[in-house]
Amino acid sequence: MTTDVNDIVETIIAALVKTLPTPVTVTTETSITRDLGLDSLAVMDFVMVLEDQFDVSIPMERIAEVETIGDLARTISELRGHA
Amino acid sequence: MTILAKYTKLREHYHRIAGAGRDPFTVKFDAMLSPTEGMLNGRRTILLGTNNYLGLTFDQSCIDKGVEALKSFGTGTTGSRIANGSYDGHAALERELAAFYGRESCMVFTTGYQANLGIISTLVGKDDLLFLDSDSHASIYDAAKMTPAQVIRFRHNDPEDLNKRLRRVADHPGNKLVVVEGIYSMLGDVAPLKEFAQVKRENGVYLLVDEAHSMGVLGETGRGLAQEVGVEDDVDFIVGTFSKSLGAVGGFCVSDLPDFDVMRVACRPYMFTASLPPSVIATCLRSLERLQEEPGLRHKLMANSKRLYDGLRNLGFQVGPDVNPIVAVSLPSIELAITFWNRLLEEGLYLNLALPPATPNSQSLLRTSVSAAHTTKQIDTAIELFAKVARQLGVQPALVQTAAE
Repeated sequence: MTTDVNDIVETIIAALVKTLPTPVTVTTETSITRDLGLDSLAVMDFVMVLEDQFDVSIPMERIAEVETIGDLARTISELRGHA
Repeated sequence: MTILAKYTKLREHYHRIAGAGRDPFTVKFDAMLSPTEGMLNGRRTILLGTNNYLGLTFDQSCIDKGVEALKSFGTGTTGSRIANGSYDGHAALERELAAFYGRESCMVFTTGYQANLGIISTLVGKDDLLFLDSDSHASIYDAAKMTPAQVIRFRHNDPEDLNKRLRRVADHPGNKLVVVEGIYSMLGDVAPLKEFAQVKRENGVYLLVDEAHSMGVLGETGRGLAQEVGVEDDVDFIVGTFSKSLGAVGGFCVSDLPDFDVMRVACRPYMFTASLPPSVIATCLRSLERLQEEPGLRHKLMANSKRLYDGLRNLGFQVGPDVNPIVAVSLPSIELAITFWNRLLEEGLYLNLALPPATPNSQSLLRTSVSAAHTTKQIDTAIELFAKVARQLGVQPALVQTAAE
């Protein structure tokens, strides 16, 4: 995994810990919908926070493909690369 | 593991809600006595959750037109608009709606859901971008799923957030379509449409406004929010429904875009479904006339809305930000909302129980919708019942408000 993606993972985890009602250990492999108990709407709302932090728009169909924190970081990295 | 195993959690959630009393998803009325009263388990019940804004469901002239059409044209068209499902009435209703909105074109759909689904998913193609308000109705989200376009959400009722997201993709060569609603169906809050219109102009994008809950409610002649705030020229597409102010079922889209009619052979939720029965078309034609003939209905609706909104707010309940026919009381927990809803129903007041994830910010809502046909006494009875149930449950609304904020 590239440094860029690692940095993104760290930022995501930091933002996520602030959002979650109960403390959870989050890693690259954590499944966003299964392990965090977030419904699809909560995931989309969290993604908006990330969009602002990374100044990137993540289309909904890309969010649908994301399973883990690592996937999300790679998606953001790709979208930033294209920007 | 059956094919339905994936819904185990949903089923458990459903049973918890239904198990607390009456099942809110299967309330069944034995008889309708008027637009605002029905029989529920042998009891006269005030209807305060039907979206019947102008109360036209029992208008005699609408019923007469419906019966006449039923006798002349039969029970149904038994076909789609592009096959055998277009009668004179369908074309006449499209003409009348276009005239009402002062637009060139109109397409009528079999439901309001299909109008949004069809229009939005067909307007944007794979090289285009679709921008949705995060509190959008399910029909808009489902349209987003159907389109190959990129879909971007912006923060609810936040034109600056939309602007930021549009600027990020300023160099994208595709067409961009922004979708907002006039009045949002859960909290009754109104879009800042003037500001959205400005963002639309500055970024050179298309704007679609869903006036489902604002047609017949807002605007000098009842055309909705765009008319109310004077930005109709900035709105490229207006989508609406017949199932609220017009008291029937169906949906439509009006536009001035040249060649809009090509949508009739491109839009699948229009093409591959049976068209509305002639009797429904006939009642809609008449209720659209009634809407225009009698602005007093709208004034009475707004007076009723204000009375209910103020009454509930004065009791200390947390209501939405705007005075509108949708008045939603936010309660601090799902359990309390379910209990409160059941108690109101036992007292003879029907309204909508709205729970997460169908609600903004995961709120638990008792959602009411006011009608022009409600009497002042009915509104006052509703307010008294809210106060009575709150007392019985030991709920102090002012404290509820603090807890919910």
